[in-house]
Amino acid sequence: MPYSDKVIDHYENPRNVGAFDKSDPSVGTGIVGAPECGDVMKLQLKINEQGVIEDAKFKTFGCGSAIASSSLATEMVKGKTVDEAMQIKNTQIVEELALPPVKIHCSVLAEDAIKAAIQDFQAKRATQSATAHVLAEEKAAVAA
Amino acid sequence: MSAVKTPIYLDNNATTRTDPRVVEAMIPYFTDVFGNAASRSHAFGWGAEEAVDKAREQVAQVLGADSKEIVFTSGATESDNLAIKGVAEMYADKGDHIITVVTEHKAVLDTCKRLEKDGKRVTYLEVQKDGLVNLDVLKSAITDKTILVSIMAANNEIGVVQPMAEIGKICRERGVLFHTDAVQAFGKVPLDVNAMNIDLASITAHKIYGPKGVGALYVRRRNPRVRLTAQMDGGGHERGFRSGTLNVPGIVGFGKAAELAREEMAAETERLIYLREKLRRGIMDAIDEVYVNGSLEHRLPGNLNLSFNYVEGESLLMGLKDVALSSGSACTSASLEPSYVLKALGVGDELAHSSLRFGIGRFNTEEEIDFVTHRVIHEVSRLREMSPLWELAQEGVDLATVKWNPH
Repeated sequence: MPYSDKVIDHYENPRNVGAFDKSDPSVGTGIVGAPECGDVMKLQLKINEQGVIEDAKFKTFGCGSAIASSSLATEMVKGKTVDEAMQIKNTQIVEELALPPVKIHCSVLAEDAIKAAIQDFQAKRATQSATAHVLAEEKAAVAA
Repeated sequence: MSAVKTPIYLDNNATTRTDPRVVEAMIPYFTDVFGNAASRSHAFGWGAEEAVDKAREQVAQVLGADSKEIVFTSGATESDNLAIKGVAEMYADKGDHIITVVTEHKAVLDTCKRLEKDGKRVTYLEVQKDGLVNLDVLKSAITDKTILVSIMAANNEIGVVQPMAEIGKICRERGVLFHTDAVQAFGKVPLDVNAMNIDLASITAHKIYGPKGVGALYVRRRNPRVRLTAQMDGGGHERGFRSGTLNVPGIVGFGKAAELAREEMAAETERLIYLREKLRRGIMDAIDEVYVNGSLEHRLPGNLNLSFNYVEGESLLMGLKDVALSSGSACTSASLEPSYVLKALGVGDELAHSSLRFGIGRFNTEEEIDFVTHRVIHEVSRLREMSPLWELAQEGVDLATVKWNPH
């Protein structure tokens, strides 16, 4: 199957392979896909207090195009705010990697992975602030 | 390690390089003895006919058959069509039921599907985990309307060799014709149409270092005499079984390839098993979570089909770009469906996506096998470092318990 040079490059020199600590409050983790489908992507984002994605890491079980799509995704999100990252469309990945029609679903999965990681981060945040809110109320109740 | 020339060809179940000795045998039939084998009136035709007769004999010998029982075709796909449709049509008043196996080649399965559209009934037998047909299941599937059993001698993906003599015995006892797609087995493992009670056998040249575009169908003439409705009309060639001018150079090549295969089978078998086991042990000793698909015991000498857990097949092929292999992964098939043969073994979609098929052949060297062993170990390790599934497994998570988010 002929691959574009970009896909081959990302496959042979993947960017940002690895993992952050899942329990780190500044990390959002998104896992999409399923082994039976032959595609599983794990994308992690390290997001700072200002809501900017400082760093990203990925691991992927899938074909060359899937690996390239997720590798590219980690490059695309770095430096973006969470809102900007939510706007990333799979079509941008398709264009950048010159993916053939049969591989477009790999780019869709990468887009899903970004969103899933952000949603995970936001859910964590909500729990943290809810907990912080409860603690603050208790403190105020005690102080009163 | 001495330098090997890349890319290395390890896909000999897909096709083989034409042996230079075969090419040499064919050339005169393009430029010098170029007559139409059916031209009865001159030496050009007689020379061609003589060459075809010789090839017929060479091919028949590999099967333990009579040369009159060999019908030349354009390849095994055509032979499968001729055998299955030919029997279905000829014996229509005897019955309408055909038995085959889920792991057959598409040439058999798609032909059966077409017959089902035409109103025939087909039973697709499941296979055991090792890829073998269960003989009791076969026995109970046969009815008084069964006219044909079609079971391949050796499987193209997993190399598993079926118990041919036992199947033939069952069919003979029940009075049902036994056809076998013998494409992968012919010239590689011993076949004897009489000892195995085979009535029809599809074979091709390009899997045994012969040219592409030529094959044959063995059609039994005695005990019983098998009749077929021809699928190609026009001139009545090949005793009415298959019309069309014979591909003389191709047939000559086929004959030569068959002869070489028969002469070299014993030595080749020993060499290929040695290389295959070296490859298998080399890989499986170095990395774990590697599984052999299909019986290792009842298998073609040069075939190895391995699943590498937690690594996807197409990405592995990409990493092994200097080696020609194939995978059972969905990504490598046009339909995005994983290998139906591996599924039939109960391998599971995930491991089917992680499989590689190695087909070792006559022209592969030990140096090449050593090179490939190292490359596979290297690429699998690299891809596992990148795999979220491997990561979860290392953490002790049972992947079967994970809730995935497929899109």
